Amino acid sequence: MEQSEQESVTGRQVPESATRQDVPLPEPAALQAREAAAQQEAWGSGEHVFDVKNTSVYYGSFRAVTDVSLAIYEHEITAFIGPSGCGKTTVLRSLNRMNDLVVGARVEGDVRYRGAPLYGKDVSPIAVRRRIGMVFQKPNPFPKSIYDNIAYGPRINGQHNKKKLDEIVERSLRQAALWDEVKDRLNKSGLGLSGGQAQRLCIARTLAVEPDVVLMDEPCSALDPIATGAIEDLMQEIKSKYTIVIVTHNMQQATRVSDRTAFYSVLVNPTSDTRTGVLVEYAPTAQLFEDPQDDRTKAYVTGRMG
Amino acid sequence: MTTVTEAGPAAPAGPAHPLDQRRPLGDRSFQILALACGLLVLVILVLIAVSTSQQASSWFTTEGWGIFKNNWNPAANTYGALAFIYGTAITAIIALIMAVPVSVGIALLLTEVVPYRWSRPIVYVVDLLAVVPSVVWGLWGILVFAPWLNTIYAHIGSAVTGIWVLGPLFGPPTSGASFFTCGIILAFMITPIVTSLSREVIATVPAIDKEGAYALGATRLEMIRGAVWPHSQGGVVGAVLLGMGRAMGETIAAALVIGSSPAITSHLFAPGYNMPAVIANEFGEAFGLQRAALMGIGVLLFVITIIVNVIARGVVERSARRKRGT
Amino acid sequence: MAAVTGQQNVDLREPKGWRRTSNRIVTVLMVLAFVLVIIPLGFVLVTVVAKGISIISVTFLTSQIPPNVAPADVGGIWPAILGTLEIVGLATLMAVPLGILGAIYLNEYGGRGPLGVLIGFMSDVMTGVPSIIMGLFIFSIWVLHFGYSGFAGALALGCLMLPIVIRSTYEMLRLVPNSLREGSYALGATKARVTLTVVLPAAIGGIVSGALLAVARAAGETAPLIFTILGGLTLATNPNVFSGATTALPLLIFSNASSPYVGAQARGWGAALTLIVICFVLMIAARLVTARFARYSR
Repeated sequence: MEQSEQESVTGRQVPESATRQDVPLPEPAALQAREAAAQQEAWGSGEHVFDVKNTSVYYGSFRAVTDVSLAIYEHEITAFIGPSGCGKTTVLRSLNRMNDLVVGARVEGDVRYRGAPLYGKDVSPIAVRRRIGMVFQKPNPFPKSIYDNIAYGPRINGQHNKKKLDEIVERSLRQAALWDEVKDRLNKSGLGLSGGQAQRLCIARTLAVEPDVVLMDEPCSALDPIATGAIEDLMQEIKSKYTIVIVTHNMQQATRVSDRTAFYSVLVNPTSDTRTGVLVEYAPTAQLFEDPQDDRTKAYVTGRMG
Repeated sequence: MTTVTEAGPAAPAGPAHPLDQRRPLGDRSFQILALACGLLVLVILVLIAVSTSQQASSWFTTEGWGIFKNNWNPAANTYGALAFIYGTAITAIIALIMAVPVSVGIALLLTEVVPYRWSRPIVYVVDLLAVVPSVVWGLWGILVFAPWLNTIYAHIGSAVTGIWVLGPLFGPPTSGASFFTCGIILAFMITPIVTSLSREVIATVPAIDKEGAYALGATRLEMIRGAVWPHSQGGVVGAVLLGMGRAMGETIAAALVIGSSPAITSHLFAPGYNMPAVIANEFGEAFGLQRAALMGIGVLLFVITIIVNVIARGVVERSARRKRGT
Repeated sequence: MAAVTGQQNVDLREPKGWRRTSNRIVTVLMVLAFVLVIIPLGFVLVTVVAKGISIISVTFLTSQIPPNVAPADVGGIWPAILGTLEIVGLATLMAVPLGILGAIYLNEYGGRGPLGVLIGFMSDVMTGVPSIIMGLFIFSIWVLHFGYSGFAGALALGCLMLPIVIRSTYEMLRLVPNSLREGSYALGATKARVTLTVVLPAAIGGIVSGALLAVARAAGETAPLIFTILGGLTLATNPNVFSGATTALPLLIFSNASSPYVGAQARGWGAALTLIVICFVLMIAARLVTARFARYSR
């Protein structure tokens, strides 16, 4: 419990993105305060960016993930690890409503973003995704110039001032540690970059809209070790301004970059022979890897590290 | 501006819900616009059916089943269209007999025989055939091809007069502009479409099956018979039907080279007429019942080609689905 | 071919007899098929070029249409060229955007539902509807009320082009990888924006190429024009595309082809050469666009 208090001290600032534009923030209700206090006992203190309670995600009749509850803290890097098919990507994509794009996908349970229900009746997925960005497993730059790739997000948010866009493009590329490599060819196609560069371009593109949260779905799995290292460094650098949740297959990566780790696994129902994903353990990274509480975590963690 | 609390920053003025935004109006309208354009297809098809039938109604009511009589005579105001239906059928059959083997042969050539590098130029040449407008085929047909064929027909005709089956088919009267000439030109015109569709179908035969046949020591012909044909026969049939639909509807080339003389005769080298050709040739000066009759022939043509196309697409779709295993 | 022998006397030569012969025959037949295609194509092209080239000149392309009896060196085909450009241009302006939007509906919105499947299927069926039917259709609902005009011709050609554009655009949209759409959604774009700012630009090469081929097809069509622009009787240029009969290249060729006068026939060949050149240019442009944009796809 004390560790988390320390970590959250610096995180008390309201993030720029939240006050930046048109969208206001929730009223602090008494109920929320009481809930938050209860949460704090359970999880430790610090700003909750996400509160997930008893959430299950269905694809049609298939229950991909069952009864997940956890909180994501501000300005931390949270890692989701686990074997294939355990639902970690499903949970990640629920955090920015990308699952809405899958026909038959359904989220049951309570998912809150900064206190507001993410799947509320009047919530617009568009607004959600402007605050919660995502970087994908395989770099997917648009077939446009590098400049236009970065400027795409700001442009659809209404920013058309050329000078402002130039600033945004440079700032985002610098944040993604890509500026020096591409500053002389901003109008060349984004498709002409190497894998690592392309992924950094996608990250820069995500940062250009100044989101609150950056979700990353195995961002380094298609990259070589050097590019992977560059991206991990990048994550550490931008942590102070953003909240990051990363799904990774690579446990060493989780230990290198993340502050907190959630371990998912597959639960098999022997009678009906169905599988579903569950959250097994969630703790600060050092604790999860050195002193796992659950046997399944122990087996997974030690098995790989052995 | 905001005080920090446990639960989260306080809200400044504005809508209570942070993520509240209705679905943007532009997004909704765009979807409706796209849907409208899709529906346009159905709307046009329905309008075609309705408007042309309405224009033709006086013919249907006046002639009744007489529309299927062979008595097209504007002077006598009788308009039985059997001759044109016959002509459409005959010319389409001739075209198919000539075009299908050639088209399937080229499709097989491209997929099985020719190395990939050479296939591109061959495809270009076949597509060139499609780019030539039908009116140019007709122009060349009537001014160059038909006169040349006329001499050939005359020779064949005199040679086979009186012979058992060939006489009635190829004997006199012969004319450059005839059923057969029309059939040949239609064959030229439908070859590209049958070829390209057959090629698409044959190309989707899994390489595994072909390799399996070769691995058993089959020659190319045997491989085609054993591995390619069973997979692609549905699709090729569909392609052939589509070619037939195209042949039946082709107007201008037919109008110029078919001979413009309504007749039901077995003599393929004799002048004849078919449905689209008579509409094209006579519509300009037609009025009243004749015009309604020509419209009615158009309605018949529309119905026939829709049926043929629906069957063709259905056959192609079904064979594709069977192959996918659904 | 000497027998290749191993330990035992294994014969590895080609199969003899009927198997080999039939294989050879079929191969020959396939090549013959291709030759059978080249011959008429060659004849047509050679004839059109030979007969047309002698009459084509700048004067020819810019002069008015003389009466049919006039000899070959009198007059030209300008009104027909203008008519083709105007009518086909107008048809393209109508059919291409509507076709692209229809394809967007099929691929991005409703394609898999029953209505979408029906629309897709009937759109393909519509490509097989003879062009003369389009002419009769527009005659019935437009010309009878508003008279002959270039616009009516454009409507008929547009109906012809619409399903072609829908099908080719749909195929191109399908090829755009979903990861591009996801990347755009993740930045907070609405579906309309995703489609217009990422999907369409990614597919634009193929879309343009398909549209060019549809234009080439429309430029060569005669039957729809017979019933909508009247042609024939009109000899003078009618620049107003919205009223009054007019003529176009295919229509001119059609009427001159059945004329007994040598002059008219010669002008017909000239017009045919012009039309073929236009169609070929469009086809080559379509190939070039495809080739150039292939570089941008991954």
